[in-house]
Amino acid sequence: MNEKMSQLLNLPVLASKHGADVDKLIIYVHYLMIVLFIGWILYFLYALLRFRKAANPKADYVGIRGHLSNYIELAVALVEGVLLVGFAVPLWGKAVDQFPKADEHPTEIRIIAQQFGWNVFYPGADGKFGARDLHLVSNENKWGLVKDDAAGKDDLPALYNEIHVPVDKPVIVTLTSMDVIHSFKIIAMRVTQDAIPGLAIPLHFTPTKTGIYQINCAQLCGNGHSTMASGRLYVDSQENYDKWLASKSKPGAGGATSFE
Amino acid sequence: MSNATSHAVPHAGVHADHHEELGFFRKYVFSTDHKVIGIQYGITSLIFLFIGFSLMMMMRWSIAYPGKAVPLVGPLLEKVLGDVAAKGVISGDLYNSFGAMHGTIMIFLGIVPLAFAAFGNFVVPLQIGAPDMAFPRINMASYQAYFVGGIVMLVSFFVPGGAAQAGWTSYSPLATSIPTQGQTYWLIGMVLLITSSLLGAVNFLATIIQLRAPGMTWMRLPFFVWAQFVTGFLLLLAFPPLEAAGIMQLMDKVAHTSFFLPTGLQLTSLGHISGGGSPLLWQHLFWFLGHPEVYVLILPAMGIVCEIIANNTRKPIWGYKSLVYSSLVIGFVSFIVWAHHMYMTGMGMKISTFFQTTTMIISIPSVIILTCLFLSLWGGSIRFNTPMLFALAFLPMFGIGGLTGLPLGFNYSDIHLHDTYYVIAHFHYVVAPGTIFGLFAGIYYWYPKMTGRFMSEFWGKVHFATSFVFMNLVFQPMFAQGMAGMLRRMVDGGANYATANTPGTTGGLSDTMIHTNQTISMAAWCLALAQVPFIINFFLSIKRGKKVESDNPWQATTLEWQTPTPPPHGNFVKTPIVHRGPYEYSVPGRSKDFTPQTEA
Repeated sequence: MNEKMSQLLNLPVLASKHGADVDKLIIYVHYLMIVLFIGWILYFLYALLRFRKAANPKADYVGIRGHLSNYIELAVALVEGVLLVGFAVPLWGKAVDQFPKADEHPTEIRIIAQQFGWNVFYPGADGKFGARDLHLVSNENKWGLVKDDAAGKDDLPALYNEIHVPVDKPVIVTLTSMDVIHSFKIIAMRVTQDAIPGLAIPLHFTPTKTGIYQINCAQLCGNGHSTMASGRLYVDSQENYDKWLASKSKPGAGGATSFE
Repeated sequence: MSNATSHAVPHAGVHADHHEELGFFRKYVFSTDHKVIGIQYGITSLIFLFIGFSLMMMMRWSIAYPGKAVPLVGPLLEKVLGDVAAKGVISGDLYNSFGAMHGTIMIFLGIVPLAFAAFGNFVVPLQIGAPDMAFPRINMASYQAYFVGGIVMLVSFFVPGGAAQAGWTSYSPLATSIPTQGQTYWLIGMVLLITSSLLGAVNFLATIIQLRAPGMTWMRLPFFVWAQFVTGFLLLLAFPPLEAAGIMQLMDKVAHTSFFLPTGLQLTSLGHISGGGSPLLWQHLFWFLGHPEVYVLILPAMGIVCEIIANNTRKPIWGYKSLVYSSLVIGFVSFIVWAHHMYMTGMGMKISTFFQTTTMIISIPSVIILTCLFLSLWGGSIRFNTPMLFALAFLPMFGIGGLTGLPLGFNYSDIHLHDTYYVIAHFHYVVAPGTIFGLFAGIYYWYPKMTGRFMSEFWGKVHFATSFVFMNLVFQPMFAQGMAGMLRRMVDGGANYATANTPGTTGGLSDTMIHTNQTISMAAWCLALAQVPFIINFFLSIKRGKKVESDNPWQATTLEWQTPTPPPHGNFVKTPIVHRGPYEYSVPGRSKDFTPQTEA
């Protein structure tokens, strides 16, 4: 049933774990909306027909009697309450408070948005990003990196507009922007998060299907906003991801890398 | 005492001594008469609505046919606006200017002045039985501030760099970073418009509290007056924070302060001045106005619709008290829902729970209002004249707008829908086929009181039918586009995200969704054509419309129909005494089916 509704609502391809819950909530809310709307419309058309002047020349001072509408009102409030308490609030808690633990081996990425693309950073073998200090930002040090921070020594050089992750492993992105506000949106992953300069905001998702996905910018970010469409998320098998990571991690890499 | 007698009574109003004939300028340009000011507001705001719509018609061209020269007006655009419209093509800069100004003009120069100021000015003093507004000169100043604010906004199109380009929400740091003077003009214009609204709001509140006719108790006020009363409070309390924020952003722009600019910005225009500010602070201040503003847009329209439904069902409104209390609850709660516009800014658990809860709570009084209006139809003897058609259409259209707010109000479902066309369709259903239909209803309904003549029923119905069809053809497909993931504010209508242009990727926009842009644009242009009968009807009927045969042509109960037509300066021939509630239609035991409020 949900499948049918998803098609009816024109929901796009889904490729993340939590995305199923997003779609489920969208679908449930639309059931409520559709039931209410159809109810209203049927009543509305019937009332217009039955009480048109020609059919009912003399109006009734009192109008409707009884309390049915109160019960309907109450029912609507209850359903909204259930959707809120049962779904929306706990699901949001999962999104913002329950980040994947270390034993789930999440892929950690830092993304710094700019007009009009995405700078992507990987922490290297130590799994730690080099520290940033926004006071250090200058033309020479555009990421504001702290020079002698040991954690930053093995960070990969910035990638532009490409993210690689393994399938079925959680991904944690720490998101910020170096100029204006952008919004990091991957439709198939059901991910949307504003990238705000001065703030580093974490988000997480778990891709469930391999493929190449578009990264959208969902916040007006200047005259090139519509062209900020070159970002790609590559969801690879673990094997291919490892190969890719190895190729990036080796100094001077780029040529044939078949050392296995 | 019934309707048609009022002309015969000698002019002996309470303020008759002030009312010698005024010269043309005092009477029509620098008037302090609430009715003239109402009409000034009305005409000016209708012109701005048309300008705002014209901007959108050009944007719809770019969305449907990106990179192609705009037909008809392309060469003119290039000539007047220069490089941003090179070869008649709408550039990213120009699209963003048009987008920002479409929103600004429609909301602050079109709907609010029409719904609150124009109808409020003309109708409220008449409905409460007052000779004028409490502060006639403040009223005049309010219109003048609005007019100048509008001129500033229009002039900004022609300054170097063009008009503001950061959306009607003007988010920092983008707003401050775009090198155009237009942004400065926008902020100054906003300060003027906010001042105008504040002057209007205090005036309405004072008038409604102080100048009600004898016997006009609170629970005898027509619902329209209640709606204006709540709206007045919303404007009075929500606008000052934005005025302050506007001035702060203006300082960021011209005096190089850094209220909204964080440390470490890599922007050549701002890098040397930014530091320590917060872009989120602007968003909070903006939406602290922005959300009550939604109810500023909708409440007056609900009020108008309520008047017209009561009149044309010939029976009392069902649940008048529920309507009043619901609108008061909306007024209060609308101040604590603002951050639901900011779900994707990195919101934690506590804040998001609070704002989701308040958002669901505010949906309840809205549903109650809609339900009362629906239920009022039951048992009526319904007349389908033009005002009634628009008022009736308001109900399901606002219903769609309200219901589609639900998946946006839960932040987990909003993840997918945020900033898509679903949002555009949602709020346009509230404001365009919602509020604007309510306003059209009001124009057709009170026109006979303003001019002494009816607008043509036939052309009114043509206007209604065509507007209804095309409005829905414009906005309904946007729900599907939004669900599919089409994002707002794209000069190319999402072409860069089309599957066709991004081979090998998953999740792009299908050909169908992209082609729907063209269908929607055609419908938008047809919607413009559908307004032609209205415009002609509006002006021709002033001189040629069918004359009203009495002061109360709709056989209504409220006080505005107890004045001469059109009402003179000072309004009432003698101070009306109110004996009953506003909607005493079809009272059992009476020979006629309406009992005016002045009848014992």
